[in-house]
Amino acid sequence: MSSIPLNPGAIGTGGRTRARENYLNIKHTVSSWLLTADHKRIAVLYMISISVMFLFGGVAAAGIRIALVRPHDTFFSSETYNKLFSAHGIIMVFFFLVPSIPATLGNFLLPIMIGARDLAFPRLNLLSWYLYMFGAVLVMGAIMFGGIDTGWTFYEPYSSVYSNTNVVAVIVGVFIAGFSSIATGINFLVTVHKMRAPGLTWFRLPLFVWAMYATSIIIVLGTPVVAITLLMVVLERVFGVCVFNPACGGDPILFEHLFWFYSHPAVYIMILPSMGIISEVIACFARKRIFGYEFVAFSSMAIALLGFLVWGHHMFVTGESMYSGMVFSLITFLIAVPSAIKVFNWSATLYKGNVWLTSPLIFAIGFILLFTIGGLTGLFLASLAVDVHLNMTYFVVAHFHYVMVGGAIFGYMAGLHFWWPKITGRMYPEGWAMLSAFIMFIGFNLTFFPQFILGFDGMPRRYHFYPPEFQMWNILSSAGSSVLAVGMVIPGIYFLWSLKYGAFAPNNPWGAKGLEWTIQSPPPSHNFDTVPIVTEDAYAYEAIYAAELAGDYSHVEAPIPYLSTTDKQVSVESPASPNSSEERK
Amino acid sequence: MEEPNHNNHEAAGGHHHVTSIGTYAATYVALLVLLVLTFAVSRVDLGAFNIVVALGISAVKTALVVLIFMGVRHNSRLTWFWASIGFVWLILLFLTLGDYVTRQWVHLPLGW
Amino acid sequence: MSLELQHPAVAPQRLSHQFEQIDQQNDSYIVGMWTFLVTEIMFFGALFVALTVYRSVYPDAFEQAHNALNVWLGLTNTFILLTSSFTAAMAVRSKMLGQRALTLVFLGFTILCAFGFLGVKYVEYSAEFREHHFPGPNFQWSQTVSSAPAQGDLAANSQVALGAPKVGVNEFPASYQPQQLELHKRELFFSLYFVMTGLHAFHVIIGICTLSTLWLLIYFKHPVVDDYMPVELAGLYWHFVDIVWIFLYPLVYLIGKQ
Ligand code: HEM
Ligand SMILES: [Cu+2]
Repeated sequence: MSSIPLNPGAIGTGGRTRARENYLNIKHTVSSWLLTADHKRIAVLYMISISVMFLFGGVAAAGIRIALVRPHDTFFSSETYNKLFSAHGIIMVFFFLVPSIPATLGNFLLPIMIGARDLAFPRLNLLSWYLYMFGAVLVMGAIMFGGIDTGWTFYEPYSSVYSNTNVVAVIVGVFIAGFSSIATGINFLVTVHKMRAPGLTWFRLPLFVWAMYATSIIIVLGTPVVAITLLMVVLERVFGVCVFNPACGGDPILFEHLFWFYSHPAVYIMILPSMGIISEVIACFARKRIFGYEFVAFSSMAIALLGFLVWGHHMFVTGESMYSGMVFSLITFLIAVPSAIKVFNWSATLYKGNVWLTSPLIFAIGFILLFTIGGLTGLFLASLAVDVHLNMTYFVVAHFHYVMVGGAIFGYMAGLHFWWPKITGRMYPEGWAMLSAFIMFIGFNLTFFPQFILGFDGMPRRYHFYPPEFQMWNILSSAGSSVLAVGMVIPGIYFLWSLKYGAFAPNNPWGAKGLEWTIQSPPPSHNFDTVPIVTEDAYAYEAIYAAELAGDYSHVEAPIPYLSTTDKQVSVESPASPNSSEERK
Repeated sequence: MEEPNHNNHEAAGGHHHVTSIGTYAATYVALLVLLVLTFAVSRVDLGAFNIVVALGISAVKTALVVLIFMGVRHNSRLTWFWASIGFVWLILLFLTLGDYVTRQWVHLPLGW
Repeated sequence: MSLELQHPAVAPQRLSHQFEQIDQQNDSYIVGMWTFLVTEIMFFGALFVALTVYRSVYPDAFEQAHNALNVWLGLTNTFILLTSSFTAAMAVRSKMLGQRALTLVFLGFTILCAFGFLGVKYVEYSAEFREHHFPGPNFQWSQTVSSAPAQGDLAANSQVALGAPKVGVNEFPASYQPQQLELHKRELFFSLYFVMTGLHAFHVIIGICTLSTLWLLIYFKHPVVDDYMPVELAGLYWHFVDIVWIFLYPLVYLIGKQ
């Protein structure tokens, strides 16, 4: 392995026959994976694990949607139905969305983006994966053998006094997973502070790094609170101590306070990383600097801070005092501002950009549309009077799916497609990717838009049976969810397919900026042979923009079929990839 | 915030601060004095001020431990930042109390 | 008051592959440890919030209940922990200067203090178990319980407490007994007491494990502890355990009301 020039586009086009030595092929033993301290391998381990968990969560969701097709479902017992939605929520929130982007793309990219050889604490990183696995296995075991029916919120006193299900095992699992995310958070914070390459000042950092930094702050400051709160639920169940149990003078609302002190910021743990990805993808495919870089960076930090001040909006209709409800409502309106700033800046970046419509960009645009709907409906819910009507209805369910699926998962998909060539060294079939983006977008809206209407009409969430008037919208929603499922299975198939049959990825398929695109695909074990020296801001796309306007696409190294998706003529003579026929379906 | 600090490749082996035994011992004595003080004050009924005094003394003790025993006064600005942010964030958590204070302002029948 | 040595002869350190400079590495470890301690602060913080909330809601019950604790044992334990913090700081200092024997002495003394702390805790806990002050079905409260409704209850506005009947409520279920609730308020205090001190004791145990491991490694001259960083980090952790107790002692043992 020779030293890697830090000049994008200097080496590699598609169609090579054999990959050079890299982090994937350097060793093949099982222990070289399970005992690795390489952030890239750990990212891959995480990617596999969260995908499996996503599958489990998806199966539970399918069960819910099947049950809701009929007003009086007989397919599942009501107990099973309760266990299904609880399993779905717990798996998706704690074992998919919270670790998703930070532990996979974040783990992989953060050190590379800042020009470091690894995270500050590589072994802590590995420990984090083991903790995650331990928690995940425990929770899956508890769900398979008996289940849990408290919902993902574990509300008191049901969870501690009344539920007869595996609450203790699940909570212990979630607790352990919490420590895994704390480990990741600590690692990222120290890494961003101490490991940046020379010349890489804070305002030259890619926005994805800013997003990871803000996310880590939330993780570190919030997770312990929910951990101790859940631990007390366990102690109540096991030892009969009383902390929240109203039967002995405890206050269940205190549980909700402490739970949401973490869990509201946690929704930003899920969305901020996606926002970071969207900034990267949009800047790259618009060939422009992000409009208002500082604003986007600071809005991440503002979200991290303000996110800790709005938790009470989940408790407007509990016994929370109405004065604190008013304050929380007000601050909730404020927090929409930094989110809106980002949406505005992304749109402004696309405006008059030299837009290259690829699948990552389609996912990113999907993100913007859906997140906007999700965020705006959040404002409905943040209005005290309206929330009295809407809370605990399907409106809330629709709201948070618009932000968590339409936002977080679309962002994850955008990032996965954008960096897949870097991570695996293979190209995926672009045509299929675009198709799946469209199917997901349509399926998603079919699934969740009807739920706004259902909620507005008063259908409560978490009920097995519902009045027959609601059936039409429920059928629509269930039908939509199967479309959504198809949209998610397709990427699963072509990603796996690409591992074996995809064209070899060049170092910089998209002609993108950023340190990760200056090294080989997949990267070598130590990322950089010599520490890179950064001399320019992130997203310095001016030269590329000018070149493309002049018809010069030599910086784009993607195999030909990618470029043929635009109407621009290609001047680069890359050999066609062996699977070009596949890619046009 | 601080610049990335490995741009200049000096020889390894930076500067370490070794606090003198005298400083440590003095801190230890101060902590013990404060301990006796908390105890003594708590035996006097000051009403609402008992808790204020107790928290004040605890804060001073904490500051001594953090700055001298844990050596933060010689550490980087970054350490200062992280050493304080935990305590600052606790204030946010304590905003929960706002709910409990204002609940008494509304007079609604029990079990509304 | 400082007689600082500016250029002490500090033992050499090894650089891990991901770092460029020893300063960067040291600072990373210290900042990382502090970040971890921040999580610990939030962890205990939630318990302090619960304590504050319930104490402001049930001032009289908490006043009574906390009188059942032994302030003298608490005082002894605070003294022990402060001492151990001092010796831990000295251990780190000796390690930095490469004084192996002194390091072992100070570390050993710190570990002894930790055991002493647990011993005192054991005495306290067993007394409380004897008196049935451990929360749960066996909880008992022998002292006379005032059945007068506690002042300042938040019962008026929420479902939280079934305090004395207030305006708008005419009936309580037949099973309702004010005595029972007064008992439970004390149980609530002891729940928090056991959770907080128990969790703290758990941290002490972790501390003992870490410090003992380090002691053995240093004793057997294991290369891992050539560097002073492991001792430094363990020291930071140990001081944190001390800080928690610095707040716990006055808030739980000394002050009942607010
Ligand atoms: C513009 C920003 C947002 C605002 C103003 C907002 C507002 C709200 C409000 C007021 C509620 C409470 C509704 C109720 O229970 O009656 C809520 C629920 C929820 N939100 Fe948001 N939200 C925003 C963004 C997000 C984001 C980005 C996510 C996740 C990625 C998210 C996830 C959730 C979840 C999961 C719930 C429901 C929790 C549950 O009860 O199970 N929200 N939101
Ligand atoms: Cu929220």
